[in-house]
Amino acid sequence: MTFDERYFAVGRLDRLSYGRSLIHRLDPRVKVVATLLFLITVISFPPHEIVALLPFFLFPVLLLTLGGIPAGFILRKIVFVSPFALTIGIFNPVLDTRTVTVIAGLPISAGWLSFLSILLKFVLTTGAALLLVATTSFPGICHALRRLGFPPLFVSQLLFLYRYLFVLAEEAMRMTRARDMRTFGRRGLGVAVFVRLVGVLFLRTVDRAERIYGAMLSRGFRGDIPMLRKFRISFGDLAFLAAATILLGAFKFYPVTEGIGRLAQGVWP
Amino acid sequence: MSHHIIDFADVHFRYPDGTEALRGIRFRITHGESVGIVGANGAGKSTLLQHLNGCLLPTQGTVTIGDLALTARTRREIHKKVGIVFQNPDDQLFMPTVFDDVAFGPLNLGLDEARVRERVDTALAMVNGLSLRDKPPHHLSAGQKSAVAIASVMAMEPDILAMDEPAATLDPRSRRLLISLLKGFTHSKIIASHDLDLILDVCRRCIVIGEGRVVADGPSEEILTKRELLEANNLELPLSLQKR
Repeated sequence: MTFDERYFAVGRLDRLSYGRSLIHRLDPRVKVVATLLFLITVISFPPHEIVALLPFFLFPVLLLTLGGIPAGFILRKIVFVSPFALTIGIFNPVLDTRTVTVIAGLPISAGWLSFLSILLKFVLTTGAALLLVATTSFPGICHALRRLGFPPLFVSQLLFLYRYLFVLAEEAMRMTRARDMRTFGRRGLGVAVFVRLVGVLFLRTVDRAERIYGAMLSRGFRGDIPMLRKFRISFGDLAFLAAATILLGAFKFYPVTEGIGRLAQGVWP
Repeated sequence: MSHHIIDFADVHFRYPDGTEALRGIRFRITHGESVGIVGANGAGKSTLLQHLNGCLLPTQGTVTIGDLALTARTRREIHKKVGIVFQNPDDQLFMPTVFDDVAFGPLNLGLDEARVRERVDTALAMVNGLSLRDKPPHHLSAGQKSAVAIASVMAMEPDILAMDEPAATLDPRSRRLLISLLKGFTHSKIIASHDLDLILDVCRRCIVIGEGRVVADGPSEEILTKRELLEANNLELPLSLQKR
């Protein structure tokens, strides 16, 4: 993929959040709280747990469907960051070789179980975070965090990240284009040029930051970004939060998968 | 109000790297005047504009806005009086949506919600930008960005409006709109630009800057018809005055 295409892919996640679906219209605070609850519940499971994690996939599937978010897009994003989780878990099968169970004649070691568990948790948590961003406008998330009591400085940083991510990417894109137009064969594509490019980009960013700060000061900035946006929690928002909490609690404390299995065995003996 | 006066008295400015950008600028702009500032690249136009609201402070000499001398302490007061539209709208529009950006200044002035909304709507209506209200700035075209940047400054209702190269990124039609918009403002205006036709259209008075000094100062019609003066400063006759 060229730089240009990557850039447009970043924009796509942002554009998804402009949707008007049921999920998009929920109050951002409710979504942030629900996502946090989801993350905490998923992470709270013991390291060898697999079966109990499976019901949690209901949430991303529901959000994908109701929010009209293309599943392939989110999956590709998850795969893109998966090396982190893979490196964390990859040695577990080697380090922990106790056999826990034998399935179809194959001994399954505890290490493999915990590796799989890490992967499942990783997919669930990154998926939830991506879905939150895909169904909620980024400023909306920031306002929600601010209302929920996050430090103003932290929220301002996030707002600036969002605002200038695209400006910075465009700047980098223009520089990369200018380089590519004047590179032939392998010459000019080496690390030395890249390092200088990054250096120049950094200097330009510092300059820009100074200009932006000047613009902020001239409009009366005093260390806090004031917000003017009224959120009203509707009945639908509360219903969503209640349903999410009840389901999360049920999945956490009640063996749902086993229950479904029993039920199936009961129906088809 | 009679004291929207801008007074530069022997203003010098030296950048930390040693470049002397201003070397004794001297002029006085009275209430309601519209002044164009022209000059070659690097003549000191942008540096001069940065002095109008204290982004930069003179290393020597004084800048007086209204009845306040510009110092680090009066900077905040002066921010309320002088609105500057910078050259690059991306530096000016730092909030995630157009509405938030235009509301930023009025909110910092401590206005209540109803007044803020009113000011945002008035300012956006002024630049034909009401439909852009909820858009994120990175999805706007250059013309829309500069319109919003102007609105974000106008929402502060400054006494004096200063602009750096306002039409450089605009297509001819947006430029026309900007010119008629600027003609409608009764504020004191200071416009730094290479677009001499715009200056001729909008500004009664014109100041030519060269190497950090005032080279010429007078009515636009007079200054902008002096071919030798203009050419000595890397400028040329406005296109509308050139014979084909």
